[in-house]
Amino acid sequence: MSVKLSPRQVGDVTVVDVSGRITLGEGSSNLRDGIRELAVKGQKKILLNLADVSYIDSSGLGELVAAFTSVTNAGGQLKLLNLTKRVKDLLQLTKLYTVFDVFDAETSAVRSFT
Amino acid sequence: MAEDTETKRVDTFLESRLDSADEAEGLVFHAAREIGFREEDLHKLGMAVRESIVNAVVHGNRYNRRKKVHLSVLSGQDHLSVIIADEGEGFDPACLPDPVAEHNLLQQSGRGIFLIRAFVDRFEVRRLSPSGTEVKLVKYV
Repeated sequence: MSVKLSPRQVGDVTVVDVSGRITLGEGSSNLRDGIRELAVKGQKKILLNLADVSYIDSSGLGELVAAFTSVTNAGGQLKLLNLTKRVKDLLQLTKLYTVFDVFDAETSAVRSFT
Repeated sequence: MAEDTETKRVDTFLESRLDSADEAEGLVFHAAREIGFREEDLHKLGMAVRESIVNAVVHGNRYNRRKKVHLSVLSGQDHLSVIIADEGEGFDPACLPDPVAEHNLLQQSGRGIFLIRAFVDRFEVRRLSPSGTEVKLVKYV
């Protein structure tokens, strides 16, 4: 199963429900294309809900970093919501937990955007 | 424990395609379950194997259809050894940048070998003659 992105609007924050596997190939390119599309539409507050992401590999981590960098460089913010334990462990192991703002509750995540 | 107690060996040649990672993971999981690996360790071993196969396909064989990835799975009583060899130019793991160094955190790539090392008990790399790289992953039950 490759990755699927379902964006929805909560106030001025775009919450993207992501599901599937973010891995090298279709999984990571879908994520890249989806975030790029949001950026083109002028969305600057993006919250990736990873609750249904079952697997991320090193390439998928790279795509998350690339998404974070491109949104940040465009003056926006990209944050993460609802990490599974395995994804959280992976972000801690690779110290990416220090890069991303990570939330367990959507309400507080949405409220955190400035 | 010494790894000369391996009693079962499975060898196969995989195509230089990304979905070879699925095939490799399936073979490794089958062998790992037989000797009693638990779910969390299966996940870690599977991740290490997938990263190694992707490295062999992408960086080693560069998707060249004429080149194969050789996979060997060796079962011991308390461990599994997985050997993955490509036909590429080879690489020196000592030259890889540290992906968790502050200045590398925002790099898009370079985390594969780091994850492999983290998820198995032993990781070895050796150059093959005349070409290719062989990696050996060992994980204990």
